[in-house]
Amino acid sequence: MTTKYSYFPGCSLKGIGRAYEESLLPVFRALDVELEELEDWNCCGATAYMAVDEVKACVLASRNLAMAEKLGHKELLAPCSACYLVLNKTKHYLEDSPSVRGVIQKALAEVDMTYSGNTPVRHPLDVMINNVGLDAIKKRVVRPLTGLKVAPYYGCQIVRPYATFDDQHDPQTMDRLMEAIGCTVVHYPLKTRCCGASLTGTLPEPGLLCSKILLEEALKRGADVIATVCPLCQFNLDGYHHNIKKRWGDFRIPTVYFTQLMGLAFGLGERELGLHRGFIPMKPLPALAPAAVGT
Amino acid sequence: MDKPTNQNIRIGFYVCHCGSNIAAMVDCPAVAKYVETLPHVVLSRDYKYMCSDPGQELIQKDIAEHKLTRVVVASCSPLLHEHTFRGAVEAGGLNPFFFHMVNIREHDSWVHTDKAEATTKAKELAHAAIMRVAMHKALEVKRVPVHPDALVIGGGIAGIHAAMTLANAGKKVFLVEREPSIGGHMAKFDKTFPTLDCAACILTPKMSEAGSHPNITLLSYSEVTKLDGYVGNYTVTVKRKPRYIIEDKCTGCQECVANCVYKEAKFPDEFNEGLGKRKPVYIPFPQATPQVVVIDPKTCLNFRNGELTGKCKKSCVTACGEKQAIDFNQKETFLELKVGTVIVTTGFKAFDAKRMPQYGYGKFPNVFTALEIERLVNSSGPTGGHVVLRDGKTEPKSIGIIHCVGSRDKKTNRWCSRVCCMYSLKLAHLLKEHTGAEIYNFYIDMRTPGKGYEEFYDKLLEEGVHFIRGRVGEVTDWAMSKEEMEKGKLVIRVEDTLAGYVRRIPFDMVVLATGLEPQEDAQSIRRMLNMSCGTEGFFLERHPKLAPVSTFTEGIFLAGCCQGPRDIPDSVAQAGAAAEALVLIDKGYIEQEPNTAYILDDECCGCKSCIPLCPYTAITFDAAKKKAVINEALCKGCGTCVAGCPSGSIVQNLFDDEEIFSEIEGVLAHE
Amino acid sequence: MKLTRTIKYEADRVKGFGDEVRSVPGCEQLQSCIQCGTCSGVCPLSIYMDYSPRHVMALVRSDFKNEVLKSHTIWLCASCYHCTVECPRQIRITDIMYELKQRAIQEGIYPRHFTIPVLAKEFYKMVYRYGRVTENVLAATMFLKTNPMEAVKMWRLGLGLLLRGRFPLVLEKIKRRDELDRMMKVVDKMHIDQLHDDQKKPRHAVAGGHA
Repeated sequence: MTTKYSYFPGCSLKGIGRAYEESLLPVFRALDVELEELEDWNCCGATAYMAVDEVKACVLASRNLAMAEKLGHKELLAPCSACYLVLNKTKHYLEDSPSVRGVIQKALAEVDMTYSGNTPVRHPLDVMINNVGLDAIKKRVVRPLTGLKVAPYYGCQIVRPYATFDDQHDPQTMDRLMEAIGCTVVHYPLKTRCCGASLTGTLPEPGLLCSKILLEEALKRGADVIATVCPLCQFNLDGYHHNIKKRWGDFRIPTVYFTQLMGLAFGLGERELGLHRGFIPMKPLPALAPAAVGT
Repeated sequence: MDKPTNQNIRIGFYVCHCGSNIAAMVDCPAVAKYVETLPHVVLSRDYKYMCSDPGQELIQKDIAEHKLTRVVVASCSPLLHEHTFRGAVEAGGLNPFFFHMVNIREHDSWVHTDKAEATTKAKELAHAAIMRVAMHKALEVKRVPVHPDALVIGGGIAGIHAAMTLANAGKKVFLVEREPSIGGHMAKFDKTFPTLDCAACILTPKMSEAGSHPNITLLSYSEVTKLDGYVGNYTVTVKRKPRYIIEDKCTGCQECVANCVYKEAKFPDEFNEGLGKRKPVYIPFPQATPQVVVIDPKTCLNFRNGELTGKCKKSCVTACGEKQAIDFNQKETFLELKVGTVIVTTGFKAFDAKRMPQYGYGKFPNVFTALEIERLVNSSGPTGGHVVLRDGKTEPKSIGIIHCVGSRDKKTNRWCSRVCCMYSLKLAHLLKEHTGAEIYNFYIDMRTPGKGYEEFYDKLLEEGVHFIRGRVGEVTDWAMSKEEMEKGKLVIRVEDTLAGYVRRIPFDMVVLATGLEPQEDAQSIRRMLNMSCGTEGFFLERHPKLAPVSTFTEGIFLAGCCQGPRDIPDSVAQAGAAAEALVLIDKGYIEQEPNTAYILDDECCGCKSCIPLCPYTAITFDAAKKKAVINEALCKGCGTCVAGCPSGSIVQNLFDDEEIFSEIEGVLAHE
Repeated sequence: MKLTRTIKYEADRVKGFGDEVRSVPGCEQLQSCIQCGTCSGVCPLSIYMDYSPRHVMALVRSDFKNEVLKSHTIWLCASCYHCTVECPRQIRITDIMYELKQRAIQEGIYPRHFTIPVLAKEFYKMVYRYGRVTENVLAATMFLKTNPMEAVKMWRLGLGLLLRGRFPLVLEKIKRRDELDRMMKVVDKMHIDQLHDDQKKPRHAVAGGHA
């Protein structure tokens, strides 16, 4: 039976993070989950915006929440970590802070919108593990990625501070998911360490160091690929190799979305999954050879 | 309602300044002046300290001179001085219950900021008291005998000390301990701070003395499961867990242990925090008291899932020989004891370090808890006092001790555990002595407020132990690429707040100074003994300063860490709770507040609705008369049954309808 | 060597600054800081900061407004929330950093060579105009406004993105931008009303009393 979620892609998934959306949609489709994109959604109000006006950021987020509630599906899916955080943060402010709640309600009323707080904001990882379930995912695997060593990288904003679906110190959902599609998960102690976020562009020295530390440790732990859940993390770890190499040396390892790996295991094509959009391509895998199809 | 017109009622009123505690916020002379105008009041005074001797003498003098028949004092909480003033009234020749106390300190001056309004409130409260006291009746204090035997729950250092004190005073004591041996946490320690006395040397003599004292009945491997009755007359049910050994017959020779079918000890040893191994039949530690072995059915081959299998060849039984001390058919038994007083010394539980995953306990083998280190540095411990890493052979060259693990943290336990700074210093000293390693202490604030404690800190500073003021962010096993020193080590990342740098420091061994928290079953003990707990879950004392070892249940006293974290000297000092118990026992009786409820037999219709309402099970049903009966000794005067009785046939002394209605009328009388 | 005096006089403080920050939703717990340094210990960027996060908390609490708003620290915060979840006093340090960034932008006293405040402002403007953000255009604008030479150095990354179809040439925008506009006007109006309310508060009456 098909389950439906409202879907908030966020700006990155239409730009530098296109491959995330390109892999996310077919993978969910393959699992009988339908995503309906919010009509006329706006910027979530993430990080950089919040530095200018936090209340307005919440108002931006609340328009999306109100539209999701109106759309009528029970829950809203937000794949980008920054969006996931801001949408949830806004929900918390609505519950905890009467003053912020007052502003948001007035602003929504101005455009004849309401939000009652009933639409939970979920991350795809959460839905995969807790709604779709590992068994259903395993059943859908046609090309197990046996032998592929994955460093599961969760980044910061999906586990902190609002996520309730996984452990803050040692999250496990992606580990389990990667195992379910046949990968070997390497011990990756930096799985929730910051990638440097927008600092990679604005203050390269500290920003790129954050990314470099993550790449280096993944290589040291013997990973073939880093799996990520966030467009900014993917961009930082994938797009700045050249700059990192100039400063500290070569730490070449591909970084892909977890949905891209799932898509591969489900038998979808590399191009279909946006894998050609990465700067560091994944090595061809024996398990992906046509001979292995159908096992 | 008619105003009382009885000319014999002559009330004296006193309002106390309590220094400036009351007078700063309440205009005391104005209150006195106002009360003077009320019916039946023949004299009204304000005075600086009513509880002082001159204050009390004033009441007595006035009773004689002005022929007072009722007295009202407006001052502090009745909890503090009701007893004092009743005594003064009685000394003046009146029934002590012709007195009423008004609390204008806690209920008024301390909680208000507007003097005019606070003064009005004081007048209203005083008016209510004047109206009510006119209705007071003479009451009598009842005496209930106290059973001379006492119960001590928990055989740690506090329990042992309390039991010994009572026993040495000639009282019979039951000492109940749930583990196979008494000794508690202290038995696991190597040295004690700040004197570095050998813990065993000072504890074990006390243990064996308690074990063999003629006045102490030691019930080890037992738990209290039920407490009935009331102060002076408690009935206690004790569950004796089967240790599959007949205690009287076992001599502690341990032939059974030597001859167990398991040639090698292979099960984690609880006493050594799992660092050592034991057999299914074992004695917890060499100085265990009683010197009686115990068989663990979970690991013994003769059991499976708690059922006897008979599959073992039982070489232990053969080894025991004629003593015939082993009894595989032993079952749980229950014992009923009569005692007059109870001392609760159930101790603490060490914080589970796994609850702070950022410090890696359970994930990185060389992260240890403080209790594990206590066993490692102990010469009778699993390694004979040889401090080694989890691999059993490598000596650490660098050790980081993290303070406040599970203390001062809103996400785990908010309180300071009080002992960790000092025991961390002690362990730092011992670890340095044993290994010569570089030792770092990571602390938030160094707390050394005890006799000789600051001097001990001084000594450690001189010994070259490093101190970094900063709460550790994380313990990790990833090394920065350029840092050769970090390879293969545990790296602590911390802000050195005093030097002003964030630092990464590699260690071979990390020690977590885990905090103290309430025992897991503290709540069920609390319910069983009808005690209270603070928000953090430790048992609540009656008053933090003036009744620190009493509870809100009379005849039940507290000592040691079950009331809050404390060190050994404080636990032992507090075990003077025994003295409070002694006072009760030696007095031989207790006086009961006569504010109890009673049934108006003529009006009780026998509906029984009051019986389940009573929280103290003081009400029973007289089937012959078909009436409810209240046991005065059990009644605590809570008033629940009075309010619940559908026919209004229960009355409570000091709170009858007349008294309460007059009081309400009084409080509303002021415009 | 140039010697500097580091003593602070009462006049160096901006009295009430700490209380103001603390009155913002999310920043209330600031006062309970015990200066343990956990925030700095877990912060991945603290190694580059002029004041550690712990130090910033102390400065805010003691009303050293100028020192805080001029610091690099608040702009180095990447909002990873590690400090917030580890703080033993449950102080929402990340949210306090946001509040300080907002104040620095409002007062225009951030370090000049920092591009982050510029990025934040351009981000804000772009959302205002289009309702969404087109990242490559945003980045280009930011570099042009701050350091055009840096933008030139980024050609390799830009070209790479273009070749991989990750460099949209059309700006993303929403259809009903007027809705957003009206919502923001409501917020602006409430902010102004709030300011008026604040001016009626006794704090200002006392200040006036001195005159």
